[in-house]
Amino acid sequence: MAYGFLIHGDDDHVGVAVRDLTAGETVTGLTQRSRREVTVTVRDTIPLGHKVALVARAPGEPVLKYHEVIGVATVPIQVGDHVHVHNLESVRWGRKERSAR
Amino acid sequence: MIEDPTFWGYRRPDGRVGSRNYVVLIPVDDLSNAVVEGVAHLVPGVVPLPHPYGRLQFGADLDLLFRTLIGTGSNPNVAAAVVVGIEPHWTERVVKGIQESQKPVNGFSIEGAGDTETIARVARQARQYLQDASELRRERVSIGEATVSIKCGESDTTSGLASNPAVGLAVDWLVDRGATVIFGETSEITGAEHIIARRCATEAVRARYLAFHEDYQTLIRASGADLLGSQPTEGNIAGGLTTIEEKALGNVQKTGTRPIVDALAPAERPRLPGLHFMDSSSAAAEFITLMGAAGSIFHFFTTGQGNIVGNPIVPVLKVTANPKTAQSMAEHIDIDLSGLLTLDLSLEDAGQALLALMFRTLSGRLTAAEVLGHKEFVLTKLYRSA
Repeated sequence: MAYGFLIHGDDDHVGVAVRDLTAGETVTGLTQRSRREVTVTVRDTIPLGHKVALVARAPGEPVLKYHEVIGVATVPIQVGDHVHVHNLESVRWGRKERSAR
Repeated sequence: MIEDPTFWGYRRPDGRVGSRNYVVLIPVDDLSNAVVEGVAHLVPGVVPLPHPYGRLQFGADLDLLFRTLIGTGSNPNVAAAVVVGIEPHWTERVVKGIQESQKPVNGFSIEGAGDTETIARVARQARQYLQDASELRRERVSIGEATVSIKCGESDTTSGLASNPAVGLAVDWLVDRGATVIFGETSEITGAEHIIARRCATEAVRARYLAFHEDYQTLIRASGADLLGSQPTEGNIAGGLTTIEEKALGNVQKTGTRPIVDALAPAERPRLPGLHFMDSSSAAAEFITLMGAAGSIFHFFTTGQGNIVGNPIVPVLKVTANPKTAQSMAEHIDIDLSGLLTLDLSLEDAGQALLALMFRTLSGRLTAAEVLGHKEFVLTKLYRSA
């Protein structure tokens, strides 16, 4: 079958859209190593290459991709949300610099 | 599967092997660009390498200038070099450096002669070198003798998902056959430095790598600058990358899984086979210029949103797994791996396809960047001149 997104690590909180996804669409994705299927209903329009939330996150909670922390949620994230600069920020450069200002 | 691990290369007098056969004109300084460009009009087969620096540099920045110019002239893709500078002393220093590679090299300085007379002298020398180089023939050489480099640019999430892991497989294959592979991008590994540090072969290499990493973080902090506007770039964000950590974790996918045998200073030539880190800018043209100076004869360049960089002496092979980019920027893309996203292509097959095209390119096939005339030669400058 044609998958709508792929997931790097089995415990990742986000998948990567491999085609443009439409809000309201129910889409199945696949974990790259263990080949496990995950199905979510997409809440936003998510362009190819952008991330879809597979697990809900509260503000301040880490978001995992590649089994690693890629940043923290800045607002509540629900399953199916588009995850990007509006709800996820770096714990490295960006955050320190913003809090220093 | 790749069965024959050899390609048609040029064997240089110092024993190293190249994939191209250029005669280059190297200006030592900005003032000498007019002469090398003048010669290139008279002798169109040569490759002039104009650049904006070389005056009043000092300390580590001057060392890097010399290392880059000498390394470029010594690269096995270069058959012979002519060096041109305003003053004789620095010109001679670059000539002597390139002489260690035992290839034909000569230097000319402009003071006391003027542009016109210098152009005539350099043109006569370049004509001779070009005719001599035209008689050199390719021979079968082992891939284990090659030095290749890797970098991604205008990355998006398809890079970390697909094109970078495919290059990672190719890198492991090359390292297992004794080749030398160089990666770098000090700034772009921020967020994945623990992974790179873990893979360093010895404590000494790890300490060197972490010192390069820490130096860069200190520079950012000291400058008080906000890197958010530069890393990730506007193109990265448009492509779905959100944070530097995410970009870095995708970036290191292309380094494969083998140990990192050394951490090099910018433009430093590897002394060992295997995978090397080089302290380097993540800007594409600067990066590949440093790789050429370190001896790279071929470059894998993965892109998501569509980087178009090339280099005057290093063939740069463009790889994308973004189907939109493969279509909208088709003339820049050498290999389309977007089948990885739809699972129509396996990672193993993608890695083998990359290697097959690499072998053809090493043997003389032109890359898209070469055909389109992309010859970005950009020196890295560490700080302002005196």
